This record gives sequence, C-alpha cells and structure tokens, in this order.
Amino acid sequence: MDRRGFLKTTLVAGSAALAGSDLSAQELRDPEEFVGILVDTTRCIGCRACEVACGETHDVLVPDVLNDGALEEQRTTSDKQWMVVNKFETEAGDVFVKRQCMHCYQAACASACPTEAMEKTKKGPVIWHGNRCIGCRYCMASCPFDMPKFEYGEWNPKIQKCTLCFERLEEGQKPACVAACPTDTLMFGTRAKNLEIARHRIYNHPDDYVHHIYGEHEVGGTGYIYLSAVPFDQIGFRTDLGTRPYPEYTKEFLYSVPMVLFGVPAFLLGLNALIGGPQPGEEKAVEFESGDQGGGDEH
Amino acid sequence: MSTNATVTGEFSRFFHFLMQEMKPRGPWLTPFNVISIPVIFTGVVIIVIRFIYGLGAVTNLSQDFPWGFWLGFDVITGVALAAGAYVITFVVYVMKVEKYHSIVRITVLNGLLAYIFYAGALVFDIGRPWQAYNPYIGNKFGFSSVMFLICWHFFLYMVAAFIEFSPVVAEWAGWEKARKFLKSITLATVILGITLSILHQSGLGALFLMAKPKIHPLWWSEFIPVLFLVSSVYAGLAMIIFESTISHRVFRHLIPHDPKHSFDDILFGLAKGAAVVMFVYYFFKALLFIHGKQWSMINDAWGYWYLVEVIGFVLIPGFMFAFGYRNRSLNIIKIASVMALLGIVLNRLNVSVISFKWYAEVHYFPSWQEIVVTLMIIFTEIWILRWVVTRMPVFKSAH
Repeated sequence: MDRRGFLKTTLVAGSAALAGSDLSAQELRDPEEFVGILVDTTRCIGCRACEVACGETHDVLVPDVLNDGALEEQRTTSDKQWMVVNKFETEAGDVFVKRQCMHCYQAACASACPTEAMEKTKKGPVIWHGNRCIGCRYCMASCPFDMPKFEYGEWNPKIQKCTLCFERLEEGQKPACVAACPTDTLMFGTRAKNLEIARHRIYNHPDDYVHHIYGEHEVGGTGYIYLSAVPFDQIGFRTDLGTRPYPEYTKEFLYSVPMVLFGVPAFLLGLNALIGGPQPGEEKAVEFESGDQGGGDEH
Repeated sequence: MSTNATVTGEFSRFFHFLMQEMKPRGPWLTPFNVISIPVIFTGVVIIVIRFIYGLGAVTNLSQDFPWGFWLGFDVITGVALAAGAYVITFVVYVMKVEKYHSIVRITVLNGLLAYIFYAGALVFDIGRPWQAYNPYIGNKFGFSSVMFLICWHFFLYMVAAFIEFSPVVAEWAGWEKARKFLKSITLATVILGITLSILHQSGLGALFLMAKPKIHPLWWSEFIPVLFLVSSVYAGLAMIIFESTISHRVFRHLIPHDPKHSFDDILFGLAKGAAVVMFVYYFFKALLFIHGKQWSMINDAWGYWYLVEVIGFVLIPGFMFAFGYRNRSLNIIKIASVMALLGIVLNRLNVSVISFKWYAEVHYFPSWQEIVVTLMIIFTEIWILRWVVTRMPVFKSAH
C-alpha cells in the first residue's frame, strides 16, 4: 500500500471509528445495479420446485415435495432450509407464499455485525462470511424478519440463510429458485425494474391485487418485493415493521459515541482540576507524615 | 551482570512467594466450598459438552430465541451490577471525596472480576469464540455495529480496571517502583474507565434498539441506552451496599477500623445516592410511559408485570433507601439494596429475554445447564475474589 493509500485508509477508518459511522449500511447504491426478486403470490401454485432447487443448489435440505405434507403446517426457514413455501387459506382461496431472507436495502443484520461477516453486497444480496463471524447472533436478534438461522447442533456453527444465489449471480445466472419456477411467480431483476413490473400489474389488474407492494417501503425497502390478492397480514407478513431502515435505530446512539468519548474525559479532567487539592490517599500523606487519616492506602 | 542477577533473584523470589500464596488458607469443608465445588465441576463438564456438540446440546436457545440466559443474565445483568466501580472511582478520584476511599479497592476488584467473568461469559455464548479476535484485529471492522463497540469496550475497560487495581497487586508482590508508577496513572485510567463505562452501559441497551418489533412496547424505547446507563448507576451503588455488607461479615478480621469514616456512614451515603438516582430513573420511566401513551397496555399480564418491576422494584426500594437514610436504619437500606438489585435483574431480563418475542407461542426458558454454568461463573468469581482479598492488601495498605 502506498503512502497516500495508507493515509486515505487510515483517515477513512479513523473517521468512521470516531463518527460511529454506518457507512456499510448507508452507502448509496445505484438502484439500477441493486437486484432482487418480485414474488407475485397470485401466480404461485405451491409446487415447491423452488424449495427443491434451493436445497440442491446450496447443499441443504431437499424436501420430498410429493410426500412430506409440509404445506399443511406453517413452516419457517431453518438452519437446514433457506426458503419455505407456506399455504394460507384466505378469502381469495389458497395462497402460497415463498419466504426467505428479504435482502433489505439497508440490512439490520449487516449493520449489527461486529465483524462485517454479514455483508450487504453492492449487487444486492446479503451474504455471510464464515471466516469473520464470531457467532454472537446479534444479526438474528436484529433482523425484523428473523431470517438468519444458527446451527445450534454444530461445534463450528454457521449462519444459514438465503444468499440470493450470490455465486450464481456472479456467473451471470439467475437465482436457482427463479430458474425453477414454472409459473413466473418469481421475477429476477433490478429492484427498480421489479417495482415497475409490480406497479404495472396492479395498474392493469386493479381488482386482482391489493394496492400495496410489500417491501417497497417496509424497513426502508427490501430486495424481495411481494404482490398479493389479499392483505399482507393474512398471508403471514408483519405489517407493523415500519418504513424506517433498521440501521437507523442505532444511528443516534453511534453518533453520540464520539461526543461521549471526548466530551466526558474533557469534562472530568476539568472538574478534577477545578476541585484541586491532593488526590485521596496520595500526596497528602507525603506532605503530612503524621496526618495518617482517611482512606486505606496511606504511605 | 549484577542487574541480571537482581532480575533472576527477584523472579525466583516472586515465584516462591506466589507458590506460597497459592496454598489454601483456612478450613476446607466450609458450606460455600461444599456447594460450589460440585457446581463448578458440573459446569466445566457442561461447557465441554457445549464445545463438542454445539450450543443446542446444553441450552434452550432456538432460532426464535437467539439470546438467552447466558447473554441476558451473565452479560447484560452482570455488567450492570458491576457499575459500582466506575461510580465510586468517579467520586473518589475525580471528585476527591475521601469518605469512600476505603471501599475503592474492593469495589474496583469486584468490578474487574465481574467484567472478566460475566463479560467473559460471552466466550461460552458466542458460537465461534475461536474467531473472537476478529473484531479486534480482523480484516473487517463493523463500525456500524453496537456489538463492535461493546467488544472493544469490554476489552479496554478490563485493561483500565486492571490498571486501577494494579497498585494493590504491586504492593502485594513487593514491587515498590511499579506501584508508584501505576498509582501515578490512576486518574487517567479512572477517567478512561468512566468514559468507557458510560458508553458500554448504554451500549448494552443500544443492542436492543433494532429488536424493536420483538420487544414488548412497555420495555422497548428509543431511550433504552439512557435507561440502562441511569439504572446502572444505582445498580452499582446497591451492589456495593450488598456485597460490602457480606464482605464485612466474611472478611471482618481483614478490615481495619477507620475512625473518621465509619462503615455505616459510607453505607448511608451510598443509600442516599442510590435513592436520588432511583427517583430520577423512575421519573424517566414514568415520562416515557406517559409520553408513549401506554395506558392501554397496563391492564393485562404484561402490564402488571411491568408495574411489579417499576413500582415494586424501583419506586419502593427508592423510598426505602431514602427512609433508611433519614432514620439511620441499616437494615432497611440492606433490604432496599437487595430489592434494587432484583429490580435490575428483572429489568435486564425483561428487556433481553422475558418480553423478547412476548407474542411467541412457545417461550424460551433457560435449561438447567444454562443455570448451572451461570452459577459456575459466579462461584468461580467468588473463589478468585476470596483468594485475592485474603492475600492482597485490598481492605488496607500493607504499610
């Protein structure tokens, strides 16, 4: 690293440390580059081909779709399964909903991670780096969707969650679930484009959809966005998460860190100097040999 | 050559001295030993199992409850209870109040050991502790992470607390020069320690800011960091009252009589301080409650539970401290300190574990292994504390 590079890095790291910066969370990305998936739940037939493709691609559980009867119960993702499809009986009939990591625009997990093991990549996927993770599970506590899953049964546990097929994207392929979907429920593309498609569908078929795109504004916007024929709280979504990006909840605290870090010592040193006189149990004893009084360690 | 000989001589002297000091003193078959030794042994076995088969083998943690008793009690609560060190060093070294000087050493020692053991308990709780050096020298720093701040502050605070305590170690080992030097940097380390404490006591609260949708609204507030900081002040004071009452019984023979500031006077002073801080804290809680228009939440089990914590274990012990101070009643103050400490335990557990996912159908409850390991940590700390107190000049100067 040359000197300028070193200075630059030092300055950036230093100012970031001082400002308690949320660079990693706030960094603005080109919306054209930011990819995600549009899920149109009105199109899903519950075949769970995506679950199988996901399991095979990532070497996690491949469900026995024909026989396991999994649609009869409400499932969550787990350390063995990165995505699940759940069935909801609603006024619009059976609705199937694929759930997985939402790949938030400003991800709580990534800003929570003390080692940036959880990373919001520039392209959009939120991925996990095993060589950095210390296993503190702050990502799990922070994620509004409870998506990072921890291997409690392993001596060397990993965090398991959807990576939006980061490796496949690098090779120019679509995510495995999208490639496997026979009904075009899943649309892969930039988030901006997906939003346009979603709005277009609502506009063209106003009676077939609730006029809301889940993930457009929720928690500051997510990579996965959803369309639905019924209100989202009927198909297992939390509608009380707010639109504020989650990293912002700790922003004020982190901004106050440099104030305390420098303000408090200055205040205390000044206070101590103002009070004056000897420190307890120190010079006093030197000055007045016989004045052995007060605290415990006179000399 | 002569320097060499001196160094070698000093080393061998210290080595023999240390060996001598390692020998047990006093009777072995005390009730505490009889209880603590099997617990510590069981705890070690549980920890071994945890490192072979994973956290799930010994804890009730789950995908829904990633943080349980080890984090919520050992770390979050334990650190709050260790706050006495920064409060008392502030009063004695920054404000130069001689009155509390005699309890500085034991309080700092308690704080230091609490951090080593309770913050150190994170090593059992985190999944990949062998990578725990990553926040410190890793190639990636999570500057936007509260956990990153806490990792650093725990480490730095332990160093600061150790330096604050180190003159006692130097005095014990007979290193006069080192003692003088270490004593001379006390004020600087005290101020560093106070600053770090303010940040990580509040930081432990800030950990829960992003868990907003998961924590019951009566316990989640954007001011959790301030609440944690303010309550840590009286937690520390109550803990000093509690533990010095015990140590004055157990280590009575080690404690010299201070004619100017009697132990009772010190306790009354601490009680008055605790009362004031508790009223401020209660007022803050009430303000948040009213401002948050939370009246509608008070009339169910969670609301009653909230009232138990805030009225029963903040307001009432606060009044008891004030009453005990006014009427010079040590007994009331001692009971109040226990209640205040229980209130802190309740509050920290309510935020981190009990009201976490209050809507869940199956709620987390700690396994017996989690509790035994926690007891192991507490007992081991007491063992070390006892060893230090009976050997080093913690209660009085050797001179």
